[in-house]
Amino acid sequence: MNFETTIGLEVHVELKTQSKMFSPSPVSYGAEPNTMTNVIDWGFPGVLPSINKGAYSYGIMVALALHANITEFTHFDRKNYFYPDNPKAYQITQAEQPLATNGWVEIEVDGQKKKIGIAELHVEEDAGKNQHEPDGYSYVDLNRQGTPLVEIVSKPDIASPEEAYQYLEQLRQIVQFTGASDVKMEEGSMRVDTNLSVAPIGSDQWGTKTEIKNLNSFNHVRDGLAYEQKRQQEVLRAGGEIRQETRRWDVDKKETILMRVKEGADDYRYFPEPDLPPVHVTQAWIADVQATLPEAPAQRRARYVNDWGIPEYDAGVLTNTLEMANFFEATVAAGAEAKQASNWLMGEVSGYLNSEHLELKDVALTPAHLAGMINLIQDGTISSKIAKKVFQEIIKNDTEPKAWVEAKGMVQLSDPAVLTPIVTEILDNNQQSIDDFKAGKDRAIGFLVGNIMKQTRGKANPKVVNQILMTEIKKR
Amino acid sequence: MDYFKLDIDQLHSALVSGELTAADLTAQTLAGIRTVDPEIEAFLALNPEAEKTAGARDAQGIDANQALSGIPVAIKDNIVTKGLTTTAASKMLANFVPIYDATVVEKLAAAGAINVGKLNMDEFAMGSSTENSAFKVTKNAWDHRRVPGGSSGGSAAAVASGQVLVALGTDTGGSIRQPAAFNGIVGVKPTYGRVSRWGLIAFGSSLDAIGTLSRSVKDSAHVLNVIAGHDDKDATSADQPVPDFTAKIGQSIKGMKIALPEEYLGEGVDPQIAAAIRAAAEQFRALGATVDTVSLPHTKYAVPAYYIIASSEASSNLQRFDGIRYGFRAKDVQNLTDVYVRSRSEGFGPEVKRRIMLGTFSLSAGFYDAYFKKAAQVRTLITDDFNQIFADYDLIMGPTTPTVAFKIGEKVTDPLTMYMNDILTIPVNLAGLPAASIPAGFVDGMPVGLQLIAKHFDEATIYQAADAFEGQNDYLDQIPGGAR
Repeated sequence: MNFETTIGLEVHVELKTQSKMFSPSPVSYGAEPNTMTNVIDWGFPGVLPSINKGAYSYGIMVALALHANITEFTHFDRKNYFYPDNPKAYQITQAEQPLATNGWVEIEVDGQKKKIGIAELHVEEDAGKNQHEPDGYSYVDLNRQGTPLVEIVSKPDIASPEEAYQYLEQLRQIVQFTGASDVKMEEGSMRVDTNLSVAPIGSDQWGTKTEIKNLNSFNHVRDGLAYEQKRQQEVLRAGGEIRQETRRWDVDKKETILMRVKEGADDYRYFPEPDLPPVHVTQAWIADVQATLPEAPAQRRARYVNDWGIPEYDAGVLTNTLEMANFFEATVAAGAEAKQASNWLMGEVSGYLNSEHLELKDVALTPAHLAGMINLIQDGTISSKIAKKVFQEIIKNDTEPKAWVEAKGMVQLSDPAVLTPIVTEILDNNQQSIDDFKAGKDRAIGFLVGNIMKQTRGKANPKVVNQILMTEIKKR
Repeated sequence: MDYFKLDIDQLHSALVSGELTAADLTAQTLAGIRTVDPEIEAFLALNPEAEKTAGARDAQGIDANQALSGIPVAIKDNIVTKGLTTTAASKMLANFVPIYDATVVEKLAAAGAINVGKLNMDEFAMGSSTENSAFKVTKNAWDHRRVPGGSSGGSAAAVASGQVLVALGTDTGGSIRQPAAFNGIVGVKPTYGRVSRWGLIAFGSSLDAIGTLSRSVKDSAHVLNVIAGHDDKDATSADQPVPDFTAKIGQSIKGMKIALPEEYLGEGVDPQIAAAIRAAAEQFRALGATVDTVSLPHTKYAVPAYYIIASSEASSNLQRFDGIRYGFRAKDVQNLTDVYVRSRSEGFGPEVKRRIMLGTFSLSAGFYDAYFKKAAQVRTLITDDFNQIFADYDLIMGPTTPTVAFKIGEKVTDPLTMYMNDILTIPVNLAGLPAASIPAGFVDGMPVGLQLIAKHFDEATIYQAADAFEGQNDYLDQIPGGAR
């Protein structure tokens, strides 16, 4: 029996606002527990929420970037459940009238393009965090409580773990380029819940779905889904039944582990939030957000390919993160030739970052320094061999490359007036090599260049040396 | 201090002229409370800072342009007061000391009023007799065997027994007007959104309103002048201009158009109360107003709709009392479920639990459409009923309650009968309208309340008519003897 897989993803994205969704407390990551809180975050008796309009605008921005239709008349709802990290015992969310509906993200798998639908996006508040300590107590940190979130619910259009991975990559990129969120899985500013079911090919019914939690990276999502897909197929092939359950991805065992079986749907007793007036998103508001919407990664890629002649693959790599794309454009703006800038960023720079487990913001390299170094290569001031030394310097230190190579005496000898006498002297002393070359032995040139390099202690510009050598040999 | 003979204007003159100091006034008020309240049991706590605050007010100087400057007030215990225990009359919050002030408390303090203490109520404002307090049974000022009404029973009894001139109450389904009626005083529930709810411990968020209880109409207007207005901390507070609510006091009501809904004098309303209201209608006519009989056909659905909406919101609002961060936590709990179940089982009283269960049920999947949603639709119909009348009329009048104050213990075991006692006040909350209850005579020695309802944000017209009515009668001169 062959199966087809159906995957739906729920992605939570934290919005990068100064203050919380419904309280004036600052939003922060990594602060001392409970220092970023006030009476609203604590759910004290008598407190009331107020809408952070800026957060809602960020929500609109994300929705626009995902081509979704913004809901004009909406309101907030309460989702009721008890948990210590949920101080009011309800979360303010949008259940009935979401922020936006019907968006899409385009992915490419095995050269095939496909649009993955987004059913809806809604704005809500994040919960705090419970920490279970070895002393047997659980501790509550409400710093995260009330952080604005957008939940992005895909349609069940995703047919494989690889498509899920690509969808998440594209989604992360698109949202990151809006500037509305950091979308960092490792800091929890992007979180993914998955639903997967399998059914015999051609079946007119969905299979029973399972949910996977504890997915801390896109790779875990892909691996977890692949495992779950296989597990479900095996259960069904063996004549078993899939139960609706929540499973956890175990990174070490590389398998999903049962957390709990869902007995019917949870009842969150949603109802309209009486403490907040309805929200009217006017056309003018949408237009204001649209006007500030930064260029999307797809638009940037097209510009790199069409305007700067960057290959499509390279353009894709450069737009993988907003940081990289901005760095690339700044390097070009600082005077570097686009293709050279691209080569360096994709090659040496990325290699260094990967091997050192760093991000662009963690290194001393600036677009101006990178452009400066590229121009020193282009104009022959340094050789590409010397450039590697210069690169090691400018990525670690805030060093201006031109001044540095001059100070270090690394500037190439490119001046024909200096090099010509050296070349003629070498030729005078090596008549045999000239004869060999003229007899068709190309290797003789290597010997002559080697001698010139020895004479100049490696500083001679090989390109210039070659030109002079040819001219001088012809004269003899 | 004889609060039966004085009003805010008179005290204000004495304070401004220096005849009286705020410190003396507060000291005398506290002395009065210590004499009267052991019998009435209206106060849950006295403010230990009151005399000091009053002294500071004297030192700063009485503000001649602020009627409340130096005037003692008391506050219902579901309104948070920084540093002063705020319990909402629940064991759940028996030792809860707020770290912030409600907006109304801030505004009263800024106006120079002196908070002398916190007043008893039905637990979390759920009830019509103040018998649901976890701490004490407050007595009706006119007959100590009877209830003071509720949930603002402590506020009403404290004012009616002459302990303070004015008190803040809250009204979700009649909780200011019904106790005002039962105690023969003035109770004003402003338009929903007129007064900030920041710092009001929520019961039914879409219905809750903070208002006043006072002996005289004008004293209420003075207090509303101070507490009304938009507040950034309450998104449901209205961004509406706040008029001077005393401005129309003293103006003739000649030509005012008043509607008297037939449903408000129908079945279940004590015929003697109906007679008192008809007599009041005659008085309004004598003052030059017209009074016509009209119909509010959806009135009969108001009580069920209200108990679904208010209980649904309450079931969610009261979830925060979970034993985790503040308030009561059951002893010797073993795990998280224990913390929740035992803290809430032991911390809440029976009426609160009843409403939490009613609300939880009404919001449950499968029942939401039949209950909560239907109730919300009924609410719209009731609002439409009012809007139709207000297209042609300035005010609606009727009784505040179907009966006078009942005996302590008489209805507490029969919640449905207790709920029906609110039938005349609940429609106003569902529609968010302003309304008052003012004294309109006596039936069997117990006070009768006349309810006046106005258009949204038209409290000024209520004050105008209420003051005119007050001037035609001597109810202010009638003082409770307190049958013992």
